[in-house]
Amino acid sequence: MAIKKPKVAVFKFASCDGCQLSILDAEDELLIIANAVDIAFFPEASRRMLKGPYDISFVEGSITTPHDVEYIREVRKMSRVLVTIGACATAGGIQALRNWKDIKEFTQIVYAKPEYISALDRSLPISSYVHVDFELQGCPINKYQFIEVMSAFLHRRRPNVSSHSVCIECKTKGNICVLVDKGIPCLGPVTHAGCGALCPSYQRGCYGCYGPMESPNTQSLSKHFIRLGLTGQDVMLAFRGFNAYAEAFRKESDAHEK
Amino acid sequence: MTSRQPTLKLKSQQLNTLINVIKQRGYTPVGPVVREGSLIYDRLNSADELPRGWTDEQDAATFRLKRRSDNAYFGYNVGQHSWKQFLFLPKVKLFTSIKKGKTFEVIPNSPHEIVQNYAFIGVRPCDLQAIKVQDLVFNNGQFTDPLYKTIRKKNFIAVVNCTQAGGTCFCVSMSSGPRAYRGFDLAMTEVLSGDDHFFTVEVGSKSGAEVMSEIPHDIADQTQIETADKLVERAARQMGRSMDVKDIKEILYANLENKSWDDVANRCLTCANCVMVCPTCFCSTVEDITDVTGEHAERWRRWDSCFTMDFAKVFGGNFRPSSKGRYRQWMTHKLATWIDQFGTSGCVGCGRCITWCPVRIDITEEMRTIRSGAR
Ligand code: SF4
Ligand code: SF4
Ligand code: SF4
Ligand code: SF4
Repeated sequence: MAIKKPKVAVFKFASCDGCQLSILDAEDELLIIANAVDIAFFPEASRRMLKGPYDISFVEGSITTPHDVEYIREVRKMSRVLVTIGACATAGGIQALRNWKDIKEFTQIVYAKPEYISALDRSLPISSYVHVDFELQGCPINKYQFIEVMSAFLHRRRPNVSSHSVCIECKTKGNICVLVDKGIPCLGPVTHAGCGALCPSYQRGCYGCYGPMESPNTQSLSKHFIRLGLTGQDVMLAFRGFNAYAEAFRKESDAHEK
Repeated sequence: MTSRQPTLKLKSQQLNTLINVIKQRGYTPVGPVVREGSLIYDRLNSADELPRGWTDEQDAATFRLKRRSDNAYFGYNVGQHSWKQFLFLPKVKLFTSIKKGKTFEVIPNSPHEIVQNYAFIGVRPCDLQAIKVQDLVFNNGQFTDPLYKTIRKKNFIAVVNCTQAGGTCFCVSMSSGPRAYRGFDLAMTEVLSGDDHFFTVEVGSKSGAEVMSEIPHDIADQTQIETADKLVERAARQMGRSMDVKDIKEILYANLENKSWDDVANRCLTCANCVMVCPTCFCSTVEDITDVTGEHAERWRRWDSCFTMDFAKVFGGNFRPSSKGRYRQWMTHKLATWIDQFGTSGCVGCGRCITWCPVRIDITEEMRTIRSGAR
């Protein structure tokens, strides 16, 4: 009884490949995945490239060029389910820092022949251009969450990916809160869970790698950071990281920009 | 216990014997220890591991461990951890299911792998009350959580009455401390006066009496009992916070549309830290996971909270989408609806939600605001 295996593809746009590496890092599970699905298109991992349509496409990276815009539309057409992975694909990534500056100025400084560069003036998430079925946040994504999302779509159930604060992960692990116990500024209360509270587990504040949580009150947290002695500039920089262009973080950093 | 036992006296040097005897009787002792500069509850191998000579300074959104000038074993109040993490596990697998052709087999999780026969050393009176409150939730005759019941079945509880109160404590308002009267195996009060360092010990159960019979001790004399009582009275006068509980339920019910809810919603992060640290909060969610092959599935239960969006998500939407609605749900449940539901307040005045809220939201302050502007 030959059941046709679901065809899975992994695409890359403007990104550092870190999320794709997280997938490859799922060493123990990778063989099981390769058995259960047909990895039809994953250039980072294999030269074998099958044509679409695909049952699930995972998309890493942000849209930064006119070519990207055309290509993501094609990818959407070829994909039954489209899942974006990582801060670039869900929020524009660290490269979205250029959204606050003039891209032409950069290309003139960096490239010998800037006229060959065709770039959009902003780095934007995939959802700004096409419909996205599920966004998996994180810089980089958590490999277990990736496997969870894939299993969920394969077995037609809702992925168990919580969008509450990192604090809940911290407390479930029994970590002692670095914000309260040590006065270290921590973005955990406004950040989406998923990393397993990695930084607070090593007595560091959360950097917000997983982007805004479901109901982020960035304003109230910023006020507290200022009470702790941070300057407006510090607060601006805290929110202007890998998820700088995600709406809640963008508004908060803008509010503290002089 | 039927007849009242005399108060005993245990020399501080015998504290380790107490832990050893408890261990020999098949319990796993757990108690306060200092790890990486923080106060936590963890396995205790000997009395040397207790945070001797440490104290805590607490206020809204701050907790600091500080050195004491003396060598008290229990010279602090409560940290972020509570006994809830041992009784109502933060994350637990309920069962595994394996596909067998067209059907599947369910393999329940064996409680033997989880249940440890814990002996809790240094339970504060407020936290003892919190355990009783959770008993009413998880094991009330009508509804039973089998895992909770199994874990609770073999516990040893050694209370240490408070001889000082913390900056966010308000057990006096909630009638839960600083002295415990019942529901323990042993209740001790630490006394340090000059070179004299001892515990007065009240025996509250048969196991408590059996444990004490194996440890060298004396009968406490009247002066020793009075010294200990005075210390506990001092703690009662030191409460860092207070809450007027008169007509609290009626006042909250009459003020569900009070403007102060909007104000607290502006400050609240909906981060759920208050719920996670509250020793009585009992909400959980259940997640079913399958692996990639679909051959293997597991059901997990983990702590959840009325502050998360998923918590109130039902078919067709979320019935509590605003932060205002979520904070109000939490506070009115703790202080009002809990009374209708379980016949007791859901708050024992331990102060954890005040200390561990990252933005200093203080349940006693919020209650005061509502009461003062009550309609
Ligand atoms: S350390 Fe950070 S993430 Fe963890 S509970 Fe505290 S504020 Fe939240
Ligand atoms: S609230 Fe009361 S019983 Fe609890 S730690 Fe504070 S003083 Fe002790
Ligand atoms: S509501 Fe706050 S003070 Fe009351 S029991 Fe819970 S954590 Fe302690
Ligand atoms: S009251 Fe404080 S701890 Fe509770 S959810 Fe709001 S901000 Fe978080």
